[in-house]
Amino acid sequence: MSLTYLEAIREAQYEALRRDPRVFIYGQDIGKFGGAFKATKHLDSEFPGRVIDAPISEDAMVGTAIGAAIEGSRPIIEMQFADFSSVGFNQIVNQAATQFWRTNVPCPIVIRLPSGGTAGSGPFHSQSMESIYAHYPGLIILTPATVEDAYHMLLAAIDLDDPVIFCEHKFLYYHLKADSLPDATLPIGKARIARPGRHATVVAYSAMVHESIRAADELQQDGYQIEVVDLRSVKPIDTDTILASVARTGRLLCVGESFPWGGVTAEVIARVVADGFHLLDAPPQRLNAKDTPIPYHPNLWKAHRPTAASIGAELRKLLKF
Amino acid sequence: MSTSSHVAPPTTSAETLKPLCQQAFKHMVRARVLEDKLASLYRAGGRIVGGVYVGRGQEALSAALTVHLTKGKDLYAGLIRDQAGKMAFGESILDATRTYLGSVLGPMRGRDGNIHRGRPREGMPAMISHLGTMVSVIGGMLLSRRLQGTIGDCVGATCIGDGGTSTGAFHEAVNLAAIEKLPMVISVANNLYAYSTPNNRSFACDSLVDRAKGYGIEGYAVDGTDLPACVETFRHAVARARAGHGPQMVVGTFLRLSGHGEHDDASYIPEEVKNSPQGRDCLPLSEQKLIERGWFTKEEVQELYDNAKDEADKAIAKSSSEPLPDPYKESWNALASPLLVEE
Repeated sequence: MSLTYLEAIREAQYEALRRDPRVFIYGQDIGKFGGAFKATKHLDSEFPGRVIDAPISEDAMVGTAIGAAIEGSRPIIEMQFADFSSVGFNQIVNQAATQFWRTNVPCPIVIRLPSGGTAGSGPFHSQSMESIYAHYPGLIILTPATVEDAYHMLLAAIDLDDPVIFCEHKFLYYHLKADSLPDATLPIGKARIARPGRHATVVAYSAMVHESIRAADELQQDGYQIEVVDLRSVKPIDTDTILASVARTGRLLCVGESFPWGGVTAEVIARVVADGFHLLDAPPQRLNAKDTPIPYHPNLWKAHRPTAASIGAELRKLLKF
Repeated sequence: MSTSSHVAPPTTSAETLKPLCQQAFKHMVRARVLEDKLASLYRAGGRIVGGVYVGRGQEALSAALTVHLTKGKDLYAGLIRDQAGKMAFGESILDATRTYLGSVLGPMRGRDGNIHRGRPREGMPAMISHLGTMVSVIGGMLLSRRLQGTIGDCVGATCIGDGGTSTGAFHEAVNLAAIEKLPMVISVANNLYAYSTPNNRSFACDSLVDRAKGYGIEGYAVDGTDLPACVETFRHAVARARAGHGPQMVVGTFLRLSGHGEHDDASYIPEEVKNSPQGRDCLPLSEQKLIERGWFTKEEVQELYDNAKDEADKAIAKSSSEPLPDPYKESWNALASPLLVEE
């Protein structure tokens, strides 16, 4: 058996629909067409009436999911692209995120965001929204980086009683493969040491985990052992695992594909500086995409987001400090 | 194919209308009395947390909808000025006074205030301030029941004002409800002003009922100051939705008889609008109509007012003596999944 990251997402949805009659999926073109990326391929025929085509109405899609959750359903919303979730932003951050705190009624919805960049996708089909949503109390933000996590974390997300923003990375859809799926992965909220090391820590998530591992592999040729921490979940964030890694290495670089202003990388550094200042041998650094809209041409796009090369360059500076 | 209609529904017999109008009027009185008391508490200062938003002038349309609904079976998302409708749907007066006074025993426990209250598990979702958003929430509640096979002949009613019909959320949700043919009744309270903005700066169509046609749903216009007409129109609309004819839109027109909230003196409303037929107060007008039809005596109406005052005084007194939220006892946890709470 060989499974891609995208197939793992499809399999997790299949499993959720199979085992829990309260689950349904709502999104644009997800029925017979199987979704823009085919994450729901054949699910419509396997679970008739529970994989429902939505109009192009992201606000109403999320509002519908919230109402359905109040009535005991466990809806999964597929946003065609993470970028379009901004149209449903209000329902997500004001209605879904506040529902439990205000009314004591949980709001178990999962909003799948096909996130991040692929070459040639341009400014409106490449955005990473995790930092935006992580800003709001009442939401859980997951960023799986592996096929195994894509499967198990999506299933776990569907079981949670809170609104979950599930940031699945489009670049990983076809690039990652696993031979088999383990029975379980780490629980939600736990970070993973993706690659052990002792000279510096890279904290990354989603597609940036793989770029960071490639950078670490290159630096190994020069004798540096770089530890890569995969956050897996950006909210809640596993500060303990990050601090433990920094305690081993004394140096920190945090890498995110989203825009640089504020966000997950800033949060990680703030926490390490506040709680682990004494562990640091060098000022902690971060590397994000450039502070411009996301470019269309691959030449520009490749230089816009962090890559193994740019992460490697940052690490070399950090190691020399 | 659905058809839009501006035509009034067939005349309902007096026998049917009488108890419904009596019921609606009772809750109109309760709402007016309660809100007048809350408004004076607000003006006195110190007791009410936040603002007070009253439904003065809107009671007939508001209560006329929910006398056709059954709590425990139907769904209802009343909005900012729907105190009368909430009461007619069965909201306890304590839920209102506790929320306004910040009692920790209220449904919002001091975490949210005034008109934002609700009991979602009892078919009354709690509104947020962003208008238009509750339409799709009611739609989702109906869709869930349909998927779970528990929908029966339940109806989900949702309310919006003339201002709120300009939001994208409203249009997306009504369109979606129409596609899914959900048993939804959309009550549009056209009170002529969106805060201070008059109709002609809010929309350019002749009538908001025209919007129903655009979604392929049935729409009705009604004089929002005329209680029997409102009851009759909603009776028709709710029955059509229950019978599987999809979403129904009712637009009631009347003037908002106060400011947006008690902080607003509404000085932007011209005298000629106040003196127009739409500026009439539905409460004395309804009283007059019901007495003329012999459905109430003057004494019975007086008794309704006396009972409402007594009820409101008791609820305010009780809520005032209840504990307030305590920041030291508050869990400060926004998540339902306790294992995921960060230290």
